[in-house]
Amino acid sequence: MANEVVDHGRRRFLTATTAVVGGLGIVSAAVPFIKSWEPSARAKAAGAPVTQSLKKIEAGQQLIVGWRSLPVFIVNRTPAQLAVLPAQDTRLVDPKSTVDQQPKYAQNGTRSIKPEWLVMVGICTHLGCVPGYVGEMKPEPFDPNWQGGYYCPCHHSRYDMAGRVYQGVPAPKNMQIPPYNFIDDTTIQIGVDPKGAA
Amino acid sequence: MANVFTNIGDWVNERAPGLMPMYRTHMTEYYAPKNFNLWYYFGSLALLVLVNQIVTGIFLTMNYNPSAAGAFDSVQYIMRDVEWGWLIRYMHSTGASLFFIVVFLHMFRGIMYGSYKKPRELVWLLGMLIFLVLMAEAFMGYVLPWGNMSFWGAKVIVSLFGTIPKIGGALVEWIMGDFLPADATLNRFFALHVIALPLVLLLLVVLHIAALHEVGSNNPDGVEIKKGPKGNRWDALKPTDGIPFHPYYTVKDLVGVGFFLLIAAFIIFFAPTFGGWFLEHDNSIMANNLVTPAEIKPVWYFTPFYAIVRMIPSFLGQAFWGVLAMFGAIAVLFFMPWIDRGKVKSIRYRGTGYKVSLGLFVVAFLGLGAVGAGVTAEVIPEWFGNVDLTFWENLFGRVMTIIYFGFFVFLWAYTYFGWEKTKPVPDRVTVHD
Amino acid sequence: MKQFLPSLALALGLLASTIPAHAEEGHGLMASGSSVRDQAALQRGAKLFFNYCVGCHSLKYLRYSRIGDDLGLSQQEVMQNFDLTGARFDDPVISPMPSESAATWFGKAPPDLSLEVSAKGADWVYTYLNSFYLDPHSPIGWNNTALPNAAMPFPLWELQGTQTAVMKSGSSDEVEKLQLAHQGKLTPEQFQQATRDLTSFLQYASEPAALQREHYGIWVVLFLALFTLLAYVLKKEYWKDVH
Repeated sequence: MANEVVDHGRRRFLTATTAVVGGLGIVSAAVPFIKSWEPSARAKAAGAPVTQSLKKIEAGQQLIVGWRSLPVFIVNRTPAQLAVLPAQDTRLVDPKSTVDQQPKYAQNGTRSIKPEWLVMVGICTHLGCVPGYVGEMKPEPFDPNWQGGYYCPCHHSRYDMAGRVYQGVPAPKNMQIPPYNFIDDTTIQIGVDPKGAA
Repeated sequence: MANVFTNIGDWVNERAPGLMPMYRTHMTEYYAPKNFNLWYYFGSLALLVLVNQIVTGIFLTMNYNPSAAGAFDSVQYIMRDVEWGWLIRYMHSTGASLFFIVVFLHMFRGIMYGSYKKPRELVWLLGMLIFLVLMAEAFMGYVLPWGNMSFWGAKVIVSLFGTIPKIGGALVEWIMGDFLPADATLNRFFALHVIALPLVLLLLVVLHIAALHEVGSNNPDGVEIKKGPKGNRWDALKPTDGIPFHPYYTVKDLVGVGFFLLIAAFIIFFAPTFGGWFLEHDNSIMANNLVTPAEIKPVWYFTPFYAIVRMIPSFLGQAFWGVLAMFGAIAVLFFMPWIDRGKVKSIRYRGTGYKVSLGLFVVAFLGLGAVGAGVTAEVIPEWFGNVDLTFWENLFGRVMTIIYFGFFVFLWAYTYFGWEKTKPVPDRVTVHD
Repeated sequence: MKQFLPSLALALGLLASTIPAHAEEGHGLMASGSSVRDQAALQRGAKLFFNYCVGCHSLKYLRYSRIGDDLGLSQQEVMQNFDLTGARFDDPVISPMPSESAATWFGKAPPDLSLEVSAKGADWVYTYLNSFYLDPHSPIGWNNTALPNAAMPFPLWELQGTQTAVMKSGSSDEVEKLQLAHQGKLTPEQFQQATRDLTSFLQYASEPAALQREHYGIWVVLFLALFTLLAYVLKKEYWKDVH
């Protein structure tokens, strides 16, 4: 019946080739499905840069704007609030902002481009709650020597007026500073670095 | 490296000793007749389409919004905003139509070669159940995009149940959960379409294949290879006319898969609406309960059955005769193994009466499809000029309906009274090149 | 089997012959000749849309940014030429006209045109754009042979000029044909080209994915052809065992 000899080499070669080409096909076919999980055009549109006028924010006041579904705190810090910042250094986890939680242009004593304007993602670095703004410098139940800052209701983490985390609380890192730039003196754009700074 | 695989293999085998024998039973030691022809591709292709529908369907649910207010927008969201969403949706919508093409051909193959006959009645019955569930699955999926055809299709098809005397009205409200297709309808259809029916479908497919492998595949000659001589180059005890399913039919089916995917890709990438047959124009308009589309008709794969409803007039003040006939047209197929009492399985060796009647049956099925899809309504005035369209369309449709059911009556009488003159069936399968 | 195959072929042939019949739904339409493959035509069509249509009609499923990407226009070009409402680049195209007042002005709110070509077909849209005529009996002064008693005045009249209807003899409402009474800024050929471009743009708006679809499709088909060929050779090899 089988008088011709099976060419096993040819068979193996053809099987391997077909398997490789078919495998390539399956892998390529998987790409669109994997890509479909990326942020859609709608999500990207919602995550587009946000422009915000600063005109109506008075000294000591905070405004919260949404950016990529995140609350962004914008605070017009008073000279008094700025003045106490250096004094906090010894009580902080990362006073010099060495951990990568801010763009290079905000890695300074006030963690901002302009000293008075704090622009910060208002998410506690512990478990993601939104800390409350407690701007006044007066004794608080959680700190008799309160110098103004943020207090997280979830697990009592505390931050100073530059979003730097205090020692002895659950939160490990300073709050994040988003990329932003000043379009003019009274308008900022959140989500885009200043020109020239990458 | 090879050692690692062997070790893993041994480890699994020791703990699940039934796996390898099961693989052998269904693949390398499942002996299928060696004379399968073109018609035998459609079973494996149906399985391929089922996998496609499940995978693309899962990804569609990730962005689809099953609510009357959001469904239509979410489909456009998939088509435009989701990366590659258009491809996933077109694969699903094209897959639905191709599923029916493949299943119709698969069923026709079964009829043509007598694959429903003893000992394969159970295979046929399970297959018919799959067909029934598939129709329900397709109908509910068609409603989900919530276009105007979805809405009115849902309304008309659900209303079929309203023709049942006495309980019809209440039944329709119960199915829809409202007085019109609405949020509640869409939500329950979504749940059935993505969870309930696919589970039933998968179970039935497993049973269908298990039942087939129990008795072995039929073939274009209708010869039982298990009753033929024993011994082949792989096994001394197995049928001489059988070849191992793996690798011989797996590589053969792979050719079919490649060719089928080529056609599918052509449709998906170059004609996804298929000229309004696979995705209908009126479904690009959002569901509107105040405006019925000018041409209200089901998707093409339901048109033969839908035409039967239209062709049967109301009688004794009841409309349900048409609906009864439509369900009858499907139900009668379940009884094929007992209607056809012919001694010979394959059309190759059957009497002329059988061949002619089966040919007429195909013509009737396609003719009814043309009536249901509104093709006759367009073609009759074009070909015959200014004639009474309703009269001629009804005449044509009714003749086709009579032929459709007549096929089963004739087949029963033809075989029951022994009128069939069959040709001698060979002892062994024949191979044509 | 031998008698059967011809009959099946005949039946399938009959079915196949119905496909074009079904595809060209609605008779008496002009062939639009529109295409999404010509980027320059799409740009011209977009310009017409934003000059003449967007005042009333939205494209709520199409973002300005998508138009820019697909039509090869920069953000600046899109926003300066097309954005009349102060929308953001990522926003969809929403007409500045409030829909409630539109409904009172025209009797019904002007429809969104995102899916117009999908719903009606390119030929219908093209025919509609070429079928406006002055009708003294109509409350808005215009009528249309493709959509009789349309509630829409003809915004392109300064391009086409004005058409009037020639009625069938002995009839007062059956239009036999339209004729150009006064030519506008464009010659009839130029106007047809303009409406063809506009139709192409609306066809693109109906399915922006069509651009990617055809681009990738060729490679997928070629790949599958190669795979099928390989599978065929593999099958031949294995089936040498089967006699």
